[in-house]
Amino acid sequence: MNRYYWILGAFAALVALLAIGLKLDPRDVPSPLVGKPAPAFNLNVLATPDKTFGPKDMQGKVWLLNVWSSWCVSCRAEHPVLVEFGKKVDVPLIGLNYKEVRGDGGFDMSKMSAEEEKKLAFERANAWLNQHGDPYKLTVMDLDGRVGIDYGVYGVPETYVIDKAGVIRMKHTGPITPDILSQKILPLLAELNK
Amino acid sequence: MNIRALIAIFIFACFFGSTATNASSTTEAALAADPVAEKRLQHLSEELRCLVCQNQTIADSNAELAQDLRHEIRGMIAAGKTDKEIIDFMVVRYGDFVLYRPPVKGITLLLWGGPVALMLLGLVVLVRYLRRRATRIADDRPLSADETSRADALLKENTQK
Repeated sequence: MNRYYWILGAFAALVALLAIGLKLDPRDVPSPLVGKPAPAFNLNVLATPDKTFGPKDMQGKVWLLNVWSSWCVSCRAEHPVLVEFGKKVDVPLIGLNYKEVRGDGGFDMSKMSAEEEKKLAFERANAWLNQHGDPYKLTVMDLDGRVGIDYGVYGVPETYVIDKAGVIRMKHTGPITPDILSQKILPLLAELNK
Repeated sequence: MNIRALIAIFIFACFFGSTATNASSTTEAALAADPVAEKRLQHLSEELRCLVCQNQTIADSNAELAQDLRHEIRGMIAAGKTDKEIIDFMVVRYGDFVLYRPPVKGITLLLWGGPVALMLLGLVVLVRYLRRRATRIADDRPLSADETSRADALLKENTQK
């Protein structure tokens, strides 16, 4: 009889292990960038295309970098949360528009010049923000996704919390839900702004 | 048409479909002129995981990110970077997860040691089981005179009923 308890116990342990495995999110890959300085970039600003912006401009401030795109469906789901955040919280939110045109998949990039791509990307990004609301202090345009690679972006939307020293303190992959905002991001922002 | 023929056609269609998708990913590779660089790209991208599809290498995946990263690797090869520098570039951005062969360190100890530990555990269980069975067989001595008479009595009792 004793042996059957053993087998039952082993089976229960296996079930528990698999149940934990099922609950884990395979997309939740820990970013090696947490604790490291935010990679530098210098990109054109959506609202003022002749000006550029980089993380160094935010030195001394706690801020959020949110990667989005108009073709990204989850960004649409996330957006109302960001709009609310923009109204209520006094922490600058910077948008990083990721591959607005070439990420869409609907364009033949071999037939599009760099100028055409840039024009279209700015138009599309502006239209999207006009339609859904603009919670961003400003948005920069990463047309070819090169800055995205430096930030280890692999699934838009992604959000980074960056501290006063310019160090990434948190990365969230996937849409921000009200729960994640109130339980993880807001407490961290409060702590960093002390 | 019998079922076997249908199955054969189905299997054939599956193979044909998969080779067709392979062909589309190799056209991109064919664009590159330098065969040596291309071989390095192939080798490197087989070591790297595509974070979008997660169970495919950058070489196999047709995801946007994989294409971008292949492009990035090609650029770094052209710039004369070593394989190690290129792999490090990826690890800095995406972590050890990007490596198909993660390094042995504290956090990956269970990953590398787990299978060996499980096999050792299995061996211990097997050896113990075999030993116990061997002693049990050795215990199979013939019945003593006393036991034989008891057994006979019991059997007789049974047939009398």
